[in-house]
Amino acid sequence: MTDALSRLLETRDWLMADGATGTNLFNMGLTSGDAPEMWNEEHPDRILALYKSAVDAGSDIFLTNSFGGNASRLKLHGAEKRARELSRISAELGRQIADKAGRTVVVAGSVGPTGEIFAPMGTLTHADAVEIFHEQAEGLKEGGADVLWLETISAPEEYRAAAEAFALAGMPWCGTMSFDTAGRTMMGVTSAAMVDMVESLPNPPIGFGANCGTGASDLLRTVLGFAAQGTERPIIAKGNAGIPKYHDGHIHYDGTPELMAEYAVLARDAGATIIGGCCGTMPVHLEHMKRALETRPRGPRPTLDQITELLGGFSSAGDGTGDDTAAPRRSRRGARRGE
Amino acid sequence: MSDDQDDIILADLDDEELVQQMFDDLYDGLKEEIEESVNILLARGWQPYDILTEALVAGMTIVGKDFRDGILFVPEVLLAANAMKGGMAILKPLLVETGAPKQGKMVIGTVKGDIHDIGKNLVGMMMEGAGFEVIDLGINNAVDSYLDALEAEKPDILGMSALLTTTMPYMKVVIDTLIEKGMRDDYIVLVGGAPLNEEFGRAIGADAYCRDAAVAVETAKTYVARKHNQAAMRA
Repeated sequence: MTDALSRLLETRDWLMADGATGTNLFNMGLTSGDAPEMWNEEHPDRILALYKSAVDAGSDIFLTNSFGGNASRLKLHGAEKRARELSRISAELGRQIADKAGRTVVVAGSVGPTGEIFAPMGTLTHADAVEIFHEQAEGLKEGGADVLWLETISAPEEYRAAAEAFALAGMPWCGTMSFDTAGRTMMGVTSAAMVDMVESLPNPPIGFGANCGTGASDLLRTVLGFAAQGTERPIIAKGNAGIPKYHDGHIHYDGTPELMAEYAVLARDAGATIIGGCCGTMPVHLEHMKRALETRPRGPRPTLDQITELLGGFSSAGDGTGDDTAAPRRSRRGARRGE
Repeated sequence: MSDDQDDIILADLDDEELVQQMFDDLYDGLKEEIEESVNILLARGWQPYDILTEALVAGMTIVGKDFRDGILFVPEVLLAANAMKGGMAILKPLLVETGAPKQGKMVIGTVKGDIHDIGKNLVGMMMEGAGFEVIDLGINNAVDSYLDALEAEKPDILGMSALLTTTMPYMKVVIDTLIEKGMRDDYIVLVGGAPLNEEFGRAIGADAYCRDAAVAVETAKTYVARKHNQAAMRA
């Protein structure tokens, strides 16, 4: 039996995912520093309301409140032993909403990064990472998630470890990375390199792509980078609603619903199949995005200039792909000994 | 490495060539080579402080510039910092013995409510790589935690980090408390984190916003030099 996401993709040529989890939960009273995953147990009504808001706004897919629900992150709150349980509850709550939607809505079990740096530079070993991800994956599976959804990953090692864990859990999955440093991930992965990595996995994801990062323009440049590799695999675009701005003691994202509607249409034209938002994306943004995707015709693949014109400039001149691949590395004076 | 290049024997290089080679080896994160080169320079009678500034810090400056410019990324920088650390481990006791001037001292921590630490850790590593002494307070620091550390450690610099838009305003709480206690001007206050920008840094009364770890190091050097100059003028 195939999963709900694969079935939807057979009949539809674009799907809308959800918006922000953190931004919405903070608006419901979450205090910074607290683990959002605790709310699965303490305030299930609020988590149900969050999921429902995405479904009501027209999302075909929503992510569970389990982004930081791995043992490595929960450890910061002394709750490392509760990874499986809190993840399970997040998916159970998701099932409640999805099963009453009256249409197919995919419950995607969110899996965020461990927050650790891999050995030898950091302390996290491959085996430990697989174990951490596997535990969370089993919890999400028990709770009834349709697919697992890896997001905001920077290191290719971490992406691979999660893929291995998801295979152990026997779950279909999607996985996105965050391209926030000069058009690459923090660990230097380009959009082109991600496509190669994804295709080299023994259990590749249903869809792959980019989330979070720095603004809608950068995210679309990354999507164009994926598409340029000629991949047939569905591409996911989940960009932030603009850039956070500070006003009189509080923060708001400067991306308007109209801008996010523009972004959604451009993301589809750029080659994305699954389109959603990330930080700052509220239900009102999703409503505008959905309407735009339903009513506006597909257009040709946008150029970088068109993206700049409609959504604003990029955070860096290049992104490490195309003509920008040959970074001017220092030329060595000679060989090292022993090589 | 291609075979058509000759292998390099570090001990055969003259001082100038060896320092150039150390720049390359730092860039490539070769810890053992850096340790060997430091020992060679010491054996040739170099002062520990000169090895630190002219070879290691100068080499890390190149790494920092390429990180800032998006040519190097975090994995390469971590390797370089690790190689630098290898050299520092040899020099540290000797620097203390010879009473060499210090680059400066920094207290750094992620603010209250914020449990993210990768960015802060990177800044810490790069600062150490540049020869600063770094006191890391970890995550989720309340005002008192910063104040206690400032009194105990007497650093030149206070560094605060936040990854969340909901926690970055807490930096202002810390700075306002410093002002209230008349301590603000005793420290260089640097702030950083993904959602911040220069405008925010100015708005809350920090000395500077640092876009990334490389910028943090450059900014720290500039401000510490300025502070020393002012102290010299008053003396």
